[in-house]
Formats: sequence, structure tokens, C-alpha cells
Amino acid sequence: MNAIRQLGRAGIRVSTGLGAASIFLVRILEQSWIVFRRPGLLVAQIYSVGVQTVLIIVLAGLFVGMVLGLQGYNTLVDFGAETSLGLVVAKFLTRELAPVLTALLFTGRAGSALTAEIGLMKATEQLAALEMMAVNPVQRVVAPRFIAGVISMPLLAAMFSVVGVYGGYLIGVKLLGVDAGVFWSSMQQGVDFYDDIVNGFIKSVVFGVCVTWIAVYEGYASAPNAAGISRATTATVVTGSLAVLGLDYVLTSLMFGG
Amino acid sequence: MNSKVLEFTVGLFILAGIAALGYLALGVGNMGTLSGGETYRVSARFDNIGGLAVKAPVTLAGVKIGRVSRIVVDPELFRAEVTMEIDAAYDNLPLDSGASILTSGLLGAQYIELDPGGDIEFLKDGSRIDITQSAVVLEHLISQFFFSQNKE
Repeated sequence: MNAIRQLGRAGIRVSTGLGAASIFLVRILEQSWIVFRRPGLLVAQIYSVGVQTVLIIVLAGLFVGMVLGLQGYNTLVDFGAETSLGLVVAKFLTRELAPVLTALLFTGRAGSALTAEIGLMKATEQLAALEMMAVNPVQRVVAPRFIAGVISMPLLAAMFSVVGVYGGYLIGVKLLGVDAGVFWSSMQQGVDFYDDIVNGFIKSVVFGVCVTWIAVYEGYASAPNAAGISRATTATVVTGSLAVLGLDYVLTSLMFGG
Repeated sequence: MNSKVLEFTVGLFILAGIAALGYLALGVGNMGTLSGGETYRVSARFDNIGGLAVKAPVTLAGVKIGRVSRIVVDPELFRAEVTMEIDAAYDNLPLDSGASILTSGLLGAQYIELDPGGDIEFLKDGSRIDITQSAVVLEHLISQFFFSQNKE
């Protein structure tokens, strides 16, 4: 009896949470016109969400590309197919690794910061103070952060891909001696603009919306105290990462499943 | 931070992102090759297309001049009808050219090789190539080999 009641309570909690988050998303989108009227707000947020994430994305992309080059070469050379190395590296990066890993790093680097910032604003009653001054906090604080995240994510994922391809080139061509012309031509022949690059771009946009939405919602809905902020930050990273990985499967099966 | 510097770095960030997208489209992908240019359509019927797929290259003397755009089965003849889009720069292919399905490498992807004929008229949009050679299916080849062995 008790177990069923607990299950019911958990169910109600999850569905109210989802409902509240959805209503919050609609409110953000309603207020998003502010970024056209006051672009300064957006620019400042793109700086803290996007520009400050570039370094970690570039470093991660370089290493992932180098690992792909090394592992791909060692696997392909057994079949005498190391000429396809460029294709393997580019396909993996544009389709899967760049959107997913960028979204995971973005959650850890920018998402957690967004949650902590908004949560702290709430705990120190800055959001309430804005409301007192007849300024809508969703419009002034949340909407520019959300739009900045949605804009930054695909740009960061594209940089990840490019740097990763270069990392694969460094290892495959410069270190392991695959021919440079073969590396690039197999890539250009095999990588399709719509199948690989546009689909990877769509993935990164979807992840950007999802991760930023989770981050601003968790911050806005956090309990206004130290423990609440820490819980909200953890929830952003955990829920955001799991949502990205789960969504990635759904998107992949929709795009490439049949 | 100075707001001018901030705006400058954000602008730089957005430019870098767009440049990366452009590079992916043109440098890594195949946007730069054979798209947007004028093409004309030629069809050909094959008994068996093997593993030929849409977007497979169409070559002339080994040089890529087009790609396969559509593959359907002709419901009356039970043969495969393959439509190819050929770069309009190659508009002087003789009408009696042949098309054969070949495989690049031992296990590579299949493509169509055009074999120019000697007609004075040229292939144009909507023409059909009559001389075709189907794909070689490995299983047929092996069974032929075994049957010819048994006869000896």
C-alpha cells in the first residue's frame, strides 16, 4: 500500500515538474523579444555563456580528434583501409561526437553557471527586487540567458568539429603517414552536406535548447538557500547530461534509423 | 569589462562559429563539388543493379561527371530504371554511349561508368542509354564457376 502511494507521489512530482518547466519555457519564449529591443543584454550573456566556453571546447575537440585519428588508424590498417581515415574521423565528429560532447561540456561549464547565478539571484532576493521595480525577471534575467545558450551551442559544436578534424589530420597524416590528399578527398567524397552536417547542426540546436532550458529552469525553481542552489546545480548537470544522451538516441534513430 | 571589448569578442565568437560551419559545409562536406551547377537527366535500364545506390557517382574515363539521382523498378519489364544527373558541361556524349555498373576496388561502392560511342547525335535531357551492362553479383559468379568446373 505504502509502496504504491510512494510511486504515485513520485509520479505526481515528476509530472508537475515537467508541467512547470513547460509553462516556464512558454513564458521565456513570450518574453524573448527583449533581445531585439535590448541587444546589449544578449551580447553580455553570449560572452559569458559562449565565448568563455570556447577554450574548453577547442581543447576537447583537439584531443577527441587526435584519439579518433589514432584509434581509427589502428582499426582500419588491419583491413588495409587506412585511406578512409579522413572519412571516419569527419563522420564521427559531425554526426555524433561534436554535438553530444559539446552539449555535455556546455552543461558542465555554462549550464551549471547559469543555474548557480539565477539561483543565487533568487536566494538574495534580487529577482524579487526586480519584480518590486515592475521589471519582469523572466524578461530581464532569464530570456537573454536562454537565447544566448541557444545561439552559442551550435556555433560551439561547429568549432568542435573543425578542431577535431584538424586533430585527426595531425595524428593521421603528420604522425602516422596517411597521405594528405587521400585523407581530405575521402572525407569530401563521403561526408554529405545534408545527411551529416545539417543533421549534426540540428542536433546541436536541439541540445542547446534542451540544456539551457533545464539550466535556467533549475535555477529559477531552486529553493532560495545554499543547499537549494547546490541541489539545483547538481540537478542541472545530471538531468542535462542524461537528457542530451537520451535525446541523442531519439534524434539519431529519427535521422539515420531508416 | 569594457563594453566595446566585450562586443568585439562576442562578434569574433559568432564569426568564428559561422566560419566553422562554412568550413564544414565546403571543406569537409561535398557541398563544393557538383551541386548548384546545371545538370541534365539521362536514364538507363539494367537487369540487375547489384548494390548501386542513389548518389553513387557516374564517371567517364574514371572522372566523375555526375551522380545517380533515382532508382526505380519498371513494373512492366521487371528491370531497374536508373536516372542519372550529368553535369551540363559534358553535353557532347554520343547517343549510343553505353553504361555499365562497376565496383571500385574489391569490396568498394558501386558506380556507373559511361562508355562513349560514335554517334553524331548527343545525349540530352530525357535520353535513354540502351547499351547497358549489369552489375556483377559475386554469388552468380561463384555459381557459374562451380558449374563450369563440374562439366569438365
